[in-house]
Amino acid sequence: MSTQSPSASLVMTPQSLVDHGVATSTADDCIVIVRNSTSANLRWANNTLTTNGVMHAVSVTVISFIRSSEGVSTGSVSGSASSQAQVTALVEAADAAARAGSPAEDANDLVTGDAAADWDEAPGATDIHVYDAFAPALGEAFGHASGAGRVLYGFVNHEVVTTYLGSTTGLRLRHVQPTGHYACTGKTADLTQSAWVGGATRDFSDVDALAIEQTVAQRLGWGSRRVDLPAGRYDTILPPTAVADLMIDAYWYAGARVAHEGQSVYSKRGVGTRIGDRIAKPGVNLFSDPSYPGLACAPFVTASASGNESSVFDNGLPLGRTDWIRDGELTSLLQTRHSAAMTQQPVTPMVDNLVLDVDGGRGSVDDLVAGTERGLLLTCLWYIRAVDEQTLLLTGLTRDGVYLVENGEITGAVNNYRFNESPVDLLNRFSHASATVPSFSREWGDDYFSRTATPALRIPDFNMSSVSQAM
Amino acid sequence: MSGSGLDPTFTSLPYRQLGDAALARARELGVTHADFRFERVRYQHLGVRDGVLQGASDREDLGFAVRVIHRGAWGFASGVVLTTDEAVRLADAAVAVALVAAEMTSSPVEIAPEPVYDDVTWISPYEVNPLEVPTADKAEVLIDWTNRLRTGAAVDHASASLEQVQENKYYADLAGTRTTQQRVRLHPAFEAMGAGADTFDSMASIAPPAGRGWEYLTDRSLYDWDDEIEQVPELLAEKLKAPSVQAGTYDLVIHPSNLWLTIHESIGHATELDRALGYEANYAGTSFATYDKLNTLQYGSGVMNVTGDRTVEHGLASIGYDDEGVETQSWDIVRDGVLVGYQLDRAMGHMKPELNGGRSNGCAYADSPGHIPIQRMANVSLQPAQDGPSTEELISRVERGIYVVGDKSWSIDMQRFNFQFTGQRFYTITDGELVGQVRDVAYQATTTDFWNSMEAVGGPETWVLGGAFNCGKAQPGQVASVSHGCPTSLFRNVRILNTNDEAGH
Repeated sequence: MSTQSPSASLVMTPQSLVDHGVATSTADDCIVIVRNSTSANLRWANNTLTTNGVMHAVSVTVISFIRSSEGVSTGSVSGSASSQAQVTALVEAADAAARAGSPAEDANDLVTGDAAADWDEAPGATDIHVYDAFAPALGEAFGHASGAGRVLYGFVNHEVVTTYLGSTTGLRLRHVQPTGHYACTGKTADLTQSAWVGGATRDFSDVDALAIEQTVAQRLGWGSRRVDLPAGRYDTILPPTAVADLMIDAYWYAGARVAHEGQSVYSKRGVGTRIGDRIAKPGVNLFSDPSYPGLACAPFVTASASGNESSVFDNGLPLGRTDWIRDGELTSLLQTRHSAAMTQQPVTPMVDNLVLDVDGGRGSVDDLVAGTERGLLLTCLWYIRAVDEQTLLLTGLTRDGVYLVENGEITGAVNNYRFNESPVDLLNRFSHASATVPSFSREWGDDYFSRTATPALRIPDFNMSSVSQAM
Repeated sequence: MSGSGLDPTFTSLPYRQLGDAALARARELGVTHADFRFERVRYQHLGVRDGVLQGASDREDLGFAVRVIHRGAWGFASGVVLTTDEAVRLADAAVAVALVAAEMTSSPVEIAPEPVYDDVTWISPYEVNPLEVPTADKAEVLIDWTNRLRTGAAVDHASASLEQVQENKYYADLAGTRTTQQRVRLHPAFEAMGAGADTFDSMASIAPPAGRGWEYLTDRSLYDWDDEIEQVPELLAEKLKAPSVQAGTYDLVIHPSNLWLTIHESIGHATELDRALGYEANYAGTSFATYDKLNTLQYGSGVMNVTGDRTVEHGLASIGYDDEGVETQSWDIVRDGVLVGYQLDRAMGHMKPELNGGRSNGCAYADSPGHIPIQRMANVSLQPAQDGPSTEELISRVERGIYVVGDKSWSIDMQRFNFQFTGQRFYTITDGELVGQVRDVAYQATTTDFWNSMEAVGGPETWVLGGAFNCGKAQPGQVASVSHGCPTSLFRNVRILNTNDEAGH
């Protein structure tokens, strides 16, 4: 990752776009958020590159606030913009929308402050050269795979988003967020077996295409013995990536307002939330922390629109470590200042990372396998959707490798399954947990939420609802 | 602005100059193919909860992209700075990406031929662009909806939303095609929430999104919003008191408001040729409907006829020319129950020249100027039976079954075999009559088992064009809108789950 401008032809700096927007607005207050994004990706299938590209985007959001005796109305307009004229147009539209709007229910004082120490710095950037070492190794991996009768499919993406947030209250905040991930699916030539390796990275210096190909080959080797098993409840080891798949849903459905109004698994029957209730085993801790090593993310709120879990008035609000579940007890839900006042609870906005940690969790997936007499080891989950909000029942499928564990060893590959389970229930039912490690959700990591750290969990009675024929 | 012409705020943008500069540079660099796409996509979201406007936001994606085939590999670059210098720089960048990719490309990329369309225009049919209607007027409608829903005794809370999109695209390529297009779509929605003695639940609108203008909300002949808002509180009240379903095997009569989504997941995605050939294997998945099964796979029963169509009026995936300059078409995917066609882009069309006369059937699409066009879904629809039965007649044929209305939860495996769906409401059918609602229902099946169990499709009067705004695919991820038409249909012996039992509660 470099820290120079992504394009010599960028007409204005992001800071000047913010300053111009704030100065141009005729509203009572105004917030301008500029996101400068560069990205580069490689995609492959059937042992050859397919679609590949580099992208540069500059998005400007202008939020205008108009006060009246009835309250504060807002207007939020976003658009691609790189010139003063484009920002002016966005400001005029936002100001007009705010003037035409009705009082906002989430009205609050805007966050105040000064310019952060790094405000004047240029945006970070990436380009196709982030793959200077990875790409040749990937070409070599294609050769290995072809020679061994394996087929590789995959994708790598690296992006650097620099956010600049400024307001008429003097706030000037900047955050650089590099996000990268890699994933490779391997299949045998007859397409009857499948394996997957994936993870998150910040700069691709730690991603080795040849090592990925070797891991895929090892997992496909586990499938040389095929075992067909029926649906049912199985002693099942969820690796960290599958736990991340499920915990993200537990997090995203943790809106305080919806819970307070009686519509989620975090609701008390009648009215109110389950904050203060024990909802998981003792020793279970689910938290977010913008400064968590390896998962660093924005330490302040950015919100371009208001909704159940966001408020434009909260822009710039500092974020810190937030415990969602502490020692098994539900301690916080996703709060805006508006919902916090409604629920009489602390302000705990969403943070862009998530960590599940179990007291006493130790060892790795391999250790959980070694301690299992007979059970299943998953690779990852897919197409996870909420079935019932009352229990947070989720359905989804296993994908790219379900393995039979017998007497502490992997002895073959099993068919895929559809599961029906609640992640909240799982936090009460697991029998063993490994140490927490960086993880990557197969379902949500690519486009939405790649900053997770989770343990592997062993569930004694995981509900495999039916068999999937997918291979 | 009405639907009478291209939006002048788009046509005043310098896309022709940028396109000419980018393509000229690509030609200089010796590419075998280059295309230029300039897009402006305007969005507005309105959200209302319990009679209060929660949020209104406008967004506009504006930018352009250059895509090349060079030394047998794709290269792509996109940007937002609207200068000819930037257009030239992006052409250089796209070629640079192709050079990196060419080192690892073992199957050189080629694309199916397509006639040249010299400066053609296409505009979707609509009367009033919803983005030109004052926001306050639209918010007033949604506020009114939630206020009326909340007058129902069983309704504790109500929400409503309105998504609106105006999409303008200019496409040009080295062969000489230039297309300028405009389309509008919108998705109004509402939901009522309530609690019973030991449960809570919701009831949402079953109105589909549409490739229409603001008239969709004002013309009762297009959709009767007032009627549905009047019915939903009572439907929710009944649902909250309904008994929990007994898991087992039932005959299903499925209304189009639910069946469209089953079609989307188990037919629409399964017949995308890029998936069947492995090009989505790492993300969205492949397909059980592999190419060797063409013309032999008994996809469903003999009453099953499915078309792919990018031309149907008011379809969310309808357009004149796709994002590779291909004139859009309509074709058969399943005929009399047998798989007979796939959805193609130009690269796929070249790989399988025996399909569609060696030509793409117009299924390339990118959701923004910053994304690469990929093979995306046409409007994939199940055809009704001419002189076919009404919904009531279909129900009358069922001794023990369930009538399914509205969509809710959906999931299918990565080869499109195993699926599970829920819905908004489920009615017990006993001896050909609707008895009342049941709760906690999900249906689960394997795609070909399910479609082969389809005994009858309804007549044209039962056919509804449903659809979604949010179909995801590709890496980097893209979102597409697509419609699916279908009649009410009858299925025999489908597995029904009790979701409470599944949750272990």
